[in-house]
Amino acid sequence: MPWIPRGLRHGIVTSPYPRRADGYGPGFFARVEVGPVAGDDPEAISAAVRACPTGAIALRGEADRKSAPVGWPARVKVDRGRCILCGRCVALAPGTFRADPGFETGAFSRSALIVPPKEADEADAELAKARAQLARRVRALRRSVHVRHVDAGSDGSEEWEVAALTNPVYDVQRLGVFFTASPKHADVLLVTGAGSAGMEKPLRHTYDVMPEPKVVIAVGTDAVSGGMLGESYATRGGVASFVPVDVYVPGSPPSPFGILHGILAAVGILGAGGGGGAGASRPARRSPK
Amino acid sequence: MTPEALVAPAAFSATRRRVRDGARFCALVASQQGGLREDGSAECGVQLLAICSKDGTLAVEEHAVPASERRYPSLTPDIPAAAWYERRVRDLFGVEPLGHPRPDPLVLPLAPGAVAPLGPGGDPQEALSVHAGPLPPHVHGEGVFTIPYGPVRSGVFEAVEYVVETSGEDVPHLRTRIFYKHRGVDSHFAGMAFDDGVLLAEREEGPASVAHALAFSHAVERLTGIAVPFPSELVRVVHAELERVANHLDSMIRHTEAAGQAVAYAVLSHHKERVQRLRARLCGSRFGRGVVVPGGVSRGLALAPAEVLHEVAVLSHEIDEDASRLMDTPSFVDRLRGTGVLSPDDARRFAVVGPVGRASGQHEDVRTSRPYGAYERLGHRIAHRYDRGDALCRQRVRIDEIAGAFHLVRQAVDLLDGLDEPDDWRVGVPAGSGRALGWAESPQGELLSIVEADHGRLTQVTQRSAGFHNLAAYSAAFPKDVFTDIAFIEASFGLSIAGAAG
Repeated sequence: MPWIPRGLRHGIVTSPYPRRADGYGPGFFARVEVGPVAGDDPEAISAAVRACPTGAIALRGEADRKSAPVGWPARVKVDRGRCILCGRCVALAPGTFRADPGFETGAFSRSALIVPPKEADEADAELAKARAQLARRVRALRRSVHVRHVDAGSDGSEEWEVAALTNPVYDVQRLGVFFTASPKHADVLLVTGAGSAGMEKPLRHTYDVMPEPKVVIAVGTDAVSGGMLGESYATRGGVASFVPVDVYVPGSPPSPFGILHGILAAVGILGAGGGGGAGASRPARRSPK
Repeated sequence: MTPEALVAPAAFSATRRRVRDGARFCALVASQQGGLREDGSAECGVQLLAICSKDGTLAVEEHAVPASERRYPSLTPDIPAAAWYERRVRDLFGVEPLGHPRPDPLVLPLAPGAVAPLGPGGDPQEALSVHAGPLPPHVHGEGVFTIPYGPVRSGVFEAVEYVVETSGEDVPHLRTRIFYKHRGVDSHFAGMAFDDGVLLAEREEGPASVAHALAFSHAVERLTGIAVPFPSELVRVVHAELERVANHLDSMIRHTEAAGQAVAYAVLSHHKERVQRLRARLCGSRFGRGVVVPGGVSRGLALAPAEVLHEVAVLSHEIDEDASRLMDTPSFVDRLRGTGVLSPDDARRFAVVGPVGRASGQHEDVRTSRPYGAYERLGHRIAHRYDRGDALCRQRVRIDEIAGAFHLVRQAVDLLDGLDEPDDWRVGVPAGSGRALGWAESPQGELLSIVEADHGRLTQVTQRSAGFHNLAAYSAAFPKDVFTDIAFIEASFGLSIAGAAG
């Protein structure tokens, strides 16, 4: 059998993540960080706001500024759920916006993707509540998770990154994560795409036939907010208007590690990153062999 | 006298003549036009644009359909390749092709009475709901039934529905329904600056992001009359060719998955991951996004030339070895040989492009037939010519093209190494007005970009992907096959539904 030695040639290529850190994961520009010290003149910041292709950056009003948490710049807020990581703001106003490397970008609520949060304590409490509810629901899933993917109007790149999870580098089966053919066998629904009108019924139907407990993960900026497409005659500004989303993984597209982190965080194996309020990661359990 | 002749005998007569004389039909696209009547009152209508290619030039013919008329004589009876284009224009712009053999909804099945979103009186911002019923049967006979396969299918796939008519095993007829993921991407270009437009173009079809950015940028550069610095052209070649390698590997991986070749699947998907990582090291994006911009590239290669050459040498050697081994594996090759035959006749009728066309005797590759950028100055490997048109041929074309792509990358990097780094990787883009065409050979085949702008603002853009053009020929590849062949035929066409559905 000529194939067997071929398969052995590269030795073990599988990532040690999440038991140990993987050097590749954090090597990406994964999210825009704001502050901590705003050192740009207002014109540079206005230019960055105007240059944002998805309107993810907004200037904050007076009232907003007063409520900004200590340590955050008061002038702007960034919605990472709309950001497509083009990097323009970082180039135009580097004292305010920073390209933050990493991949643990998933968040347990849509508002946790907006930085700085309006009121830090309030946001934390909200997030903790969402996490606790989700943790209760998924308690039974931790050792074996069956995932169903549905495309609701993606550009096709998210599918590549989801499919990459089964290659030998990410090899999610080692973590007890399996892709399943039928939604009736699925615990997790991975949804990609901006929420196309044509997928509304098929997606709702898929969700409805999944057994409880079930978790929905919106994969990619398009799925979170519609990205550059937003709302139009054909798209609905993300998939949250079709199914209730538990975890939001922004990125255009998110890297395979980002998607994997979203899955593991959703089922309680890891804490989520996202905008502030990330819980400390618990050591991952290996799936029983 | 035919009904078409009664309406407007002159509509697209030149296009019909050109195709009869051997030109290849490329596209039919539409845009909404505002205009003034002779008495000064406003009239809007739909401008249709038919594009043909012959001997390295594109011929464009216009036909205006006033809002009061909303119909024109269909091209499809003369040019079968126009069938899907006319259905798309009908759905989105509300213009009826008279005499079309099958004017069913394609990208947007609307409720009766609903106004087409991009045509006169339509509102692209207003949410529309999709009204699709079951399709009437096409095949009649004892025991024939219809299976709707999709849009939610097993595995990680884009949303598409195949309506399979079968009596149990064979697939006498298959229809493709793509409207599930129609996103209306083209409708978002209007009002954008060129620099935003290229970001949107990249999102037309994720796996072909670089090719879309290229075709769009070529159109903008032609419109504004600017020349891109040569080193930037070379950087574009590197990104575009690595994208081709990744896409062709993806097609091979899907074949091995369908054939249950577990080791080959693991080995090839590891190669693809390494290609994606190399692309990310060169520019920060695994999909080459943000690199190609109108006027040049946003940055040079982020790796030293020697390092790129080393990576490419290792990858091309290992991929070549494993691809050869795969083509020597009888249990794999047997699944592909004679599967999904697209005859040279059908390929010509549907004017099929890209690797699918090249496996069926349609050998055009716009990198050489209408060369752009640095391709004119690089050596291309002589392509082996195939015309059996089965999945095996398509696989062989892709394996050849992977070698060809690496060959081009090596030359581009070598040339870059000998050049001084330019002061600017991109030149300034003036605010142009008018219409221009751009093109690129995407991994799936010829990609066209039709750009209209007014003082530096886009007014209308159509990114015509190879997926849309080729998918019309998909059902022609089925009649001799059985159910279990569908996965192979789909993988061997290697088309992106995002690009096709638009």
